[in-house]
Amino acid sequence: MGIDTKVRDDEAVSLAAQKAELPLYVTRIKVYPRAIAGQWRRIKWAVLVLLLGLYYLVPWLRWDRGPNAPAQAILIDLDGRRGWFFDVVIWPQEVYFVTGLLILASLGLFFASSLFGRVWCGFTCPQTVWTDLFMLVERWIEGDRNERMRFDRQPMSATKAARKGLKHIAWLVIAAATGGAWVFYYVDAPTTLIKIFRGEASLEVYTFVGLFTATTYVLAGWAREQVCTYMCPWPRFQAAMLDEQSLSVTYQKWRGEQRGKHKAGDTWDGRGDCVDCRLCVAVCPTGIDIRDGQQIECIGCGLCIDACTQTMDKVGRPLGLICWDTLANQHAKESSATKGTGRVAWRPLRPRTLLYAGLLCLVSAIMLVAFLLRSDAELTVQRDRSPNYVRLSNGDIRNSYTLKILNKRREEAHFRLSIEGLPSAVLGFVGADADGASGATTLAVHPDMVGTFRVLVTVPSKEAPAGSKPITFEVRETSQARRASHDAVFVGPVR
Amino acid sequence: MPTKIEKDTLSGQNTTGHEWDGVKELNTPLPTWWIYTFYATVVFAIVYCALYPSWPWLNGHAKGMLGYWSRAELTQELDAQAKARSGFVDRIRATSLADIAKEPELFNFAMAGGRSAFQTNCMQCHGAGGAGSRGFPNLVDDDWIWGGSLEQIRATIEHGIRNTDDKSRQSMMPRFGVDGLLTGTQVAAVTDYVLSLSGKAKATPEGTQLFQEQCAACHGPDGKGNQELGAPSLADGIWLYGGDRDAIYRSIFYARNGSMPAWAGRLDEATIKMLTIYVHALGGGR
Repeated sequence: MGIDTKVRDDEAVSLAAQKAELPLYVTRIKVYPRAIAGQWRRIKWAVLVLLLGLYYLVPWLRWDRGPNAPAQAILIDLDGRRGWFFDVVIWPQEVYFVTGLLILASLGLFFASSLFGRVWCGFTCPQTVWTDLFMLVERWIEGDRNERMRFDRQPMSATKAARKGLKHIAWLVIAAATGGAWVFYYVDAPTTLIKIFRGEASLEVYTFVGLFTATTYVLAGWAREQVCTYMCPWPRFQAAMLDEQSLSVTYQKWRGEQRGKHKAGDTWDGRGDCVDCRLCVAVCPTGIDIRDGQQIECIGCGLCIDACTQTMDKVGRPLGLICWDTLANQHAKESSATKGTGRVAWRPLRPRTLLYAGLLCLVSAIMLVAFLLRSDAELTVQRDRSPNYVRLSNGDIRNSYTLKILNKRREEAHFRLSIEGLPSAVLGFVGADADGASGATTLAVHPDMVGTFRVLVTVPSKEAPAGSKPITFEVRETSQARRASHDAVFVGPVR
Repeated sequence: MPTKIEKDTLSGQNTTGHEWDGVKELNTPLPTWWIYTFYATVVFAIVYCALYPSWPWLNGHAKGMLGYWSRAELTQELDAQAKARSGFVDRIRATSLADIAKEPELFNFAMAGGRSAFQTNCMQCHGAGGAGSRGFPNLVDDDWIWGGSLEQIRATIEHGIRNTDDKSRQSMMPRFGVDGLLTGTQVAAVTDYVLSLSGKAKATPEGTQLFQEQCAACHGPDGKGNQELGAPSLADGIWLYGGDRDAIYRSIFYARNGSMPAWAGRLDEATIKMLTIYVHALGGGR
């Protein structure tokens, strides 16, 4: 297909496309996955029940925290700026714990991928779980693969419309429950549920319920495998986590080929074990043929393993024609003199997995230490830098600081402030919250609040540092042993 | 550039025909519904153009069917905010300065409002942190020319200094040198005396005598100033126009009469009260 090189490049391409009759767009070929029973299907059902159960039920857990606090065990209160996790309360200042959890989650994903391939995609990804649920509903209403294909080919009729309508209503109900459950993580679940039905909930609640209803319905009902193939970035870059020692769903080509139909009683000599029943293709939720080798569409759900196991059992050949295997092992079996005798043992301990595991442990340890050291009283100090320092009329040098004391307890707290590093410093307070004038510098902070105080630190001219000097502010609670400190500097004129 | 469409054996897709240093690109077709999302964005754009202000004319622009105007939205938001604050603003108006300082809630509101008003109206001369500069007093230190109590600060903000306001703070330092009240030598002698107040020079009997005759009426016999007259203390370490011999000589020879505008007509009562609280709390309030 030689193209005139004088033609402009973009024209050349479209011209070439016309000549070659290349489509610029392709219509999706609808996938009709067939139901299959087996070990991996059972595991997938168990994971589905566990994950969906957690998702829908967790917002309904109650947790008594006494008065003036929500009674929901897990609640992300955006208005109140608090995250409630049983007895742990996360303030916005501690959002790094959430960051840490996200880092742990991604490292866990890397770790699992390097060991077991696309186990996340095939078993636990919400897209997979909800699509499985939607397919189950579809199967109940419209029947299994062949029945659905026949049903779709039928002309529209009252019965067909009724059954299709029923399916979409069922999907929408599940989708609405999903959107509703999402909202319950952010607002009090029982009261909001009643409000939603009475039309009294806030616009935000309805918006997010609507949004997640729509995404669940569209992604799990209509888009399905296209989410994994076209939209999701994870399948694209997870290739970087996999290597020839990662487990993935593989067709044992060395054993399967030459494939062909097999009648009972025929010999198995000189042919492969694959009887070309195409059950593995029929059950695939992404509509691919695993026998073509590794493909980007494969989500590693293992349903073709169940399908092939069923067939091999029936024809009486060894199981595992399609199985979890490593590329290295495949290659060894394929290239050994007598096919199938070569073997490369699976090595779960590899530099890659050890690195991910090591990082997982490290981040977990850092998080744990940070969590154990976290205090329910914190102090931050910000020094005024305009002006850097003030010379008073008697020559004294003064720096001003803004102190913020976090009192995470739900009772008022009184703190006494002291400074280390400036022996002759005199503390002054601006603002009504402090009774600094009396010399007893007690700072009162309201329950579950941040107290803000302006503190003036004055030192005699002679004792003022030339340039900056590190000092430490410390607050100590008068009644309890809580204390917090923060480093700062005191700046004097450079002489 | 050779354009040759080939079929890729691995993927079964054709190439685009482009080649860059041996790198070829697959011409994988898009899913059809993808192109529909593109059409949907086109429709969205058309609808948006009809509903919202979008197209510029030579004079003006298309207003859009919804009549939306971001300025109107801003006004609405500002009104809503003013309404939300009105309770506090009313309380600020009704409460005396001394009492505002005693109520934590009101005090915090006044500090925030005062800071905002200061950054808009005052920082041009007095600096963002109130530290001032040569000729513009530092509001953070404890030295006050016209007084550092809440009421004194409020009066200064309301009526200003040496301006045309009826109640403006007024006083006038004579131009001792320019107007021939003192000779250059005499000014130098007074300069020495002034420097001696903070121990930086030795006073001469002539300088001492001249100071008592010419300056003590306003600046006090001990040079500690008089806030009634806006006469600054000459005995401390703080100098508005510089504390070296040359600067003091010039201050006496040419006189200094700084000015500040009156804010009573420009800022409302509550804002002035909040500014007073804020300036007082900067660190030097008495």
